[in-house]
Amino acid sequence: MKAMIEIQDVVFKYKSQEEEIKALKNVTIEVNEGEFVVIIGHNGSGKSTLAKHINALLIPSQGDVSVRGMNTKDESKTWDIRQTAGMVFQNPDNQIVATIVEEDVAFGPENLGVESKEIVRRVEEALKIVDMTEYREKAPHLLSGGQKQRIAIAGVIAMRPDCIIFDEPTAMLDPSGRKEVISTIEKLNKEENITIIHITHFMEEAVNADRVIVMEAGQIVLEGSPREVFSQVEELKALGLDVPQVTDLAHELIREGINIPNDILTVDEMVMELCQLK
Amino acid sequence: MSIKIENLTYIYNPKSPFETKALDNVNIEIESGEFIGLIGHTGSGKSTLTQHLNGLIKPTSGRIIINGLDITNSSVKLVEVRKKVGLVFQYPEHQLFEETVYKDIAFGPLNQGLKEEEVEQRIKEAMEAVKLSYEDLKDRSPFELSGGQRRRVAIAGVLAMKPEVLILDEPTAGLDPRSRDEILEEIKMLHERYKITIILVSHSMEDIAKLVDRIIVMHRGHVRLMGEAREIFKQSEVLESIGLGIPQITHLLNQLKQKGVVLRDDIFTVEEAKEEILKWMRGEKNA
Repeated sequence: MKAMIEIQDVVFKYKSQEEEIKALKNVTIEVNEGEFVVIIGHNGSGKSTLAKHINALLIPSQGDVSVRGMNTKDESKTWDIRQTAGMVFQNPDNQIVATIVEEDVAFGPENLGVESKEIVRRVEEALKIVDMTEYREKAPHLLSGGQKQRIAIAGVIAMRPDCIIFDEPTAMLDPSGRKEVISTIEKLNKEENITIIHITHFMEEAVNADRVIVMEAGQIVLEGSPREVFSQVEELKALGLDVPQVTDLAHELIREGINIPNDILTVDEMVMELCQLK
Repeated sequence: MSIKIENLTYIYNPKSPFETKALDNVNIEIESGEFIGLIGHTGSGKSTLTQHLNGLIKPTSGRIIINGLDITNSSVKLVEVRKKVGLVFQYPEHQLFEETVYKDIAFGPLNQGLKEEEVEQRIKEAMEAVKLSYEDLKDRSPFELSGGQRRRVAIAGVLAMKPEVLILDEPTAGLDPRSRDEILEEIKMLHERYKITIILVSHSMEDIAKLVDRIIVMHRGHVRLMGEAREIFKQSEVLESIGLGIPQITHLLNQLKQKGVVLRDDIFTVEEAKEEILKWMRGEKNA
């Protein structure tokens, strides 16, 4: 498998009130083409700082970040990097620039100098992928949070990135908006083969990822498949993170001497395990 | 402070193509000192409802009676109502504007015409209630604090007015799990310590279930369900039909029931589910 993103021993330092803060401490991550990686960690753990390194919004103080082999320190590559690795942020209202949905989606490719016929085609395709075609002529401010966020995603897709970094895209949404956005992200990965890096503090959003990375104080503290990571209930709780309720329950039952696996993630698995025991 | 809402209806943009009935004949009674959880989808009318309670919105029809006083009556001074009913909006930290934490929290009490000494005392108390260190933070700019701290400063600004009813609209939205748990814990302490009436608006069933005396579920401008948390969670079909999630644990027990395993259906915490499953595993009869 080819590497999409290589983060090699990255340190990021900045100054706050004369004090030097190390937001990232020797972080190394490799993300392969087509992979779906979720990064979790609480506020201040360094996860957003890391995300901003991937599309050259921040440049490492030490170490290297490269996207498809392009080093983010090479300024001549900045625009190619940002076209390869798109980014979606937390607040949909801050990402929408136009007064009509389709114009908003066209903003990115227009700036890339894409020919107008091709723009029309891309906008149409992007809106179809996020399932917002019927809203193409609507005003974004009349849409729900989940819909606005899907428009923001369409705007990124229209730039044809190979990889999209989502920085807490669901933090400001209600449960149904969250579901819409999550299923859109999963679809981009499965059907469009876009490499996904999804940053969140909602653990249940990590259940379907290929890999979960847990960050704390600028370092990676846990890494593995969702099952491997979530089975570490005690460690996650000590870090102030949630685990899915059923995983927590499995853990509690094991402590009471019940013989069930410690890596249960879904209600269906739990029901199956319990019914087999009885 | 008791609240009585009678036949409350509110119509946005009346007589225009955008006319929307945001609240439709809502009747709610809240006793003094009660802790209420208000749940509903975006657009269910919950924020419109809360904005009526301190007179930010006037009803199209119906009455709101707070401690025997009908606040929809035009002779009532809304300034007095707002002293008693504190409203913490969504993302309240977006409304911070002063140079220092002290000045920001002082804004409300100073506008109430309180003396400087009294204001200082209130700021100390309010900061303590949300676990912010007065000495360390009073002279700092609110804009250099962390997200969780900024939100606390904003909440303290409302607390410093000593409201008898405190309404919090999604106070944990966008926070990480640790800050979320801390803020919910502080709200619980406020309720226990000052016996104020609290209305907590949230999307999260899990958060609300652990804290409140009673839950009100809104849907399309109506009160759809109202009652104790346990009673509400028994109605998981209704909740799911109106697009509200139920706690994963409640879902688990429902699934088990479908497989013929009948356990209590009013459970929403991991701890209770553990007890219930252990009983079943160990072959005890269920009530």
